[in-house]
Amino acid sequence: MRTIGFFIQKEFLQIFRNRSMLPMIFMVPIIQLLVLTYAVTYEMKGIRIHISDADFSSTSGQLTGKFTGSPFFVVTSTGTTHEEAEQALHLGKADMALNIPEGFERGIMRSESPQVELLYNAVNANVAGLSSAYTSSLIADFQGNMIADLMGGMQGSIIPVADITYSYWYNQEMDYKLFMAPGILVMLVTSIGLFLTGMNIVREKEMGTIEQINVTPVKKYQFIVGKLSPFLIIGLGELAFGMLIARLMFGVPFMGSIWLIFLFAALYMLVLLGMGLIISTLTNTQQQAMLLSWFFLVIFIMMSGLFTPVESMPDWAQWIDRFNPLTYFIRVIRLVMLKGSGWDEVKDQFYIIGAYGVVMISVAVMRYRKVG
Amino acid sequence: MESNQQIIAKGIFKSYKDVKALEDISFSIPRGELFGFIGPDGAGKTTLFRILVTLLLQDKGEINLFGLDSRRDFRKVRLMTGYMPGRFSLYQDLSVEENLTFFATIFGTTIKENYHLIRDIYSQIEPFKKRPAGKLSGGMKQKLALSCALIHKPELLVLDEPTTGVDAVSRKEFWEMLGNLKKLGITIIVSTPYMDEASLCDRVALIQDGKIMQTDTPANIVSSYSAPLYAIRSEKMHKLINDLRTFPETASAYTFGQYIHLTLTPTAKAEDVVGFLSEKNHTGLEINTISPNIEDCFMNLMVK
Repeated sequence: MRTIGFFIQKEFLQIFRNRSMLPMIFMVPIIQLLVLTYAVTYEMKGIRIHISDADFSSTSGQLTGKFTGSPFFVVTSTGTTHEEAEQALHLGKADMALNIPEGFERGIMRSESPQVELLYNAVNANVAGLSSAYTSSLIADFQGNMIADLMGGMQGSIIPVADITYSYWYNQEMDYKLFMAPGILVMLVTSIGLFLTGMNIVREKEMGTIEQINVTPVKKYQFIVGKLSPFLIIGLGELAFGMLIARLMFGVPFMGSIWLIFLFAALYMLVLLGMGLIISTLTNTQQQAMLLSWFFLVIFIMMSGLFTPVESMPDWAQWIDRFNPLTYFIRVIRLVMLKGSGWDEVKDQFYIIGAYGVVMISVAVMRYRKVG
Repeated sequence: MESNQQIIAKGIFKSYKDVKALEDISFSIPRGELFGFIGPDGAGKTTLFRILVTLLLQDKGEINLFGLDSRRDFRKVRLMTGYMPGRFSLYQDLSVEENLTFFATIFGTTIKENYHLIRDIYSQIEPFKKRPAGKLSGGMKQKLALSCALIHKPELLVLDEPTTGVDAVSRKEFWEMLGNLKKLGITIIVSTPYMDEASLCDRVALIQDGKIMQTDTPANIVSSYSAPLYAIRSEKMHKLINDLRTFPETASAYTFGQYIHLTLTPTAKAEDVVGFLSEKNHTGLEINTISPNIEDCFMNLMVK
């Protein structure tokens, strides 16, 4: 025990003596949370739209009014023809174009379901998708009004309009910041766990100090526990620090138990520390360790459901994603923080990550050798 | 001699893929001896040392260290051995004192307990004890490394090229320290590429290409040198060595400082060489019979 304690003390001494470490540990979470939570958002504002209206009717006017009145759209140009609409897209003056053909109102009056044309610039598929979603909801809204008007025009009839109200549970205003912040916390803990552990042990190899340790009677488990615990502590400390910032700056709610999150985080760190240790046995220089960690980190983050929903990925990718520890943590932290889920709702994730951690640490310990 | 009073290696083999690093290495070193492995870079010294200190497993053969088997009792071997690798491998970002405390603690001891062992060495670097180890000069690094290797009171000290890259004064000091440690009864195994250091050992083994060529006291190795040895110089040294190598009676000829050291085939005499060189128009010719030093012996063995 004394040996392990002293080992941990030595690690902390080295970590904090490293001049770039302290700023990294404290500045990285602040900057990442500040930049990413504000920057990474799916809310689109000011979609530039061109409107060609060849109908000049009050009905078409009502439809265009929906766009001019929406905070999501900015009408950048208007015209009367399809060609003008196309032109606006070609010249990059608009992200999308709406073309209302002649006879639009007449068609509606005759219940002929007239057509409008929508053109999107899909170079950025995300923008096009979101624009399309917003447009659809505006047009649906417009149709609702039309039906009501037409029906209202008929005498003595009752207007059976379904009134749809929306209510977004657990994040009522659909605030992206609340959604992103927990995910970014996970990313932070992950980068600390994976990068620092791998690099730290490889550093001992690179400097040759591992030789000097290996000839001492220090046992394998003492070395590993001594090497990994500082990063477990730093990782959890980083999480606590990040949560504090998320709470103070974005008002992210803590609906569920903080202890549940920390318990999960501790198990999660075991997975990462195991991976870091495995990476360190596979590499000989800090550079190699860095590249290898980076490779895994990018895949883990991109597939974690942080930016795009896991559910929309192809089946094979979802299958691979079962081995992505980030996915579990992001799910758990969002559930516990935003929804206030208790043990019952997250216990499956706990079992999975616990088993994952045991496997990773065992493999890592088996691979680590004191003798060449 | 009882097995717990000596280190015995029997038929050690070690290969890295295709390269045979060690081939049939055997030796025995009695307790308390200062034993040197002398050989050029790549001879296999570091590999042998890493096997001795249980960092590497041999392919074949056994090593018994004072009654402990290097493989079976590796834990006990580690407890009683102090190892100083060829490359400085202490924590460069920890201070002198922190390094020493760290190694003392993981061996379950304290600086105070064994201070008497390192006093002579450590007192020289103690004024810099707050300085990071990476910022020490070469000689001071060696002293710190030796202190760290000694702090747990080892019975055996294994030093891999401790004086490589260290200035002449520090080298001399270092060997004096080894002499003092020997007086305390510590067995010391040291390797060096410097021939002049060989004569400071009790016994040396000349090692090359993974094989031990000869093991003996420095004096015996020198006296076993059979053929007479000549030191030759002339005004054109480059031409001289080329000519000597074409001389049919030359056994060996190599540059040694300002002279060329020459041995001849048993039948030839010094006069034959003089005659041969005069024909080749050498001027300022100087030829002396000299007594060989250990480097001559080594060169001689290498030629065989």
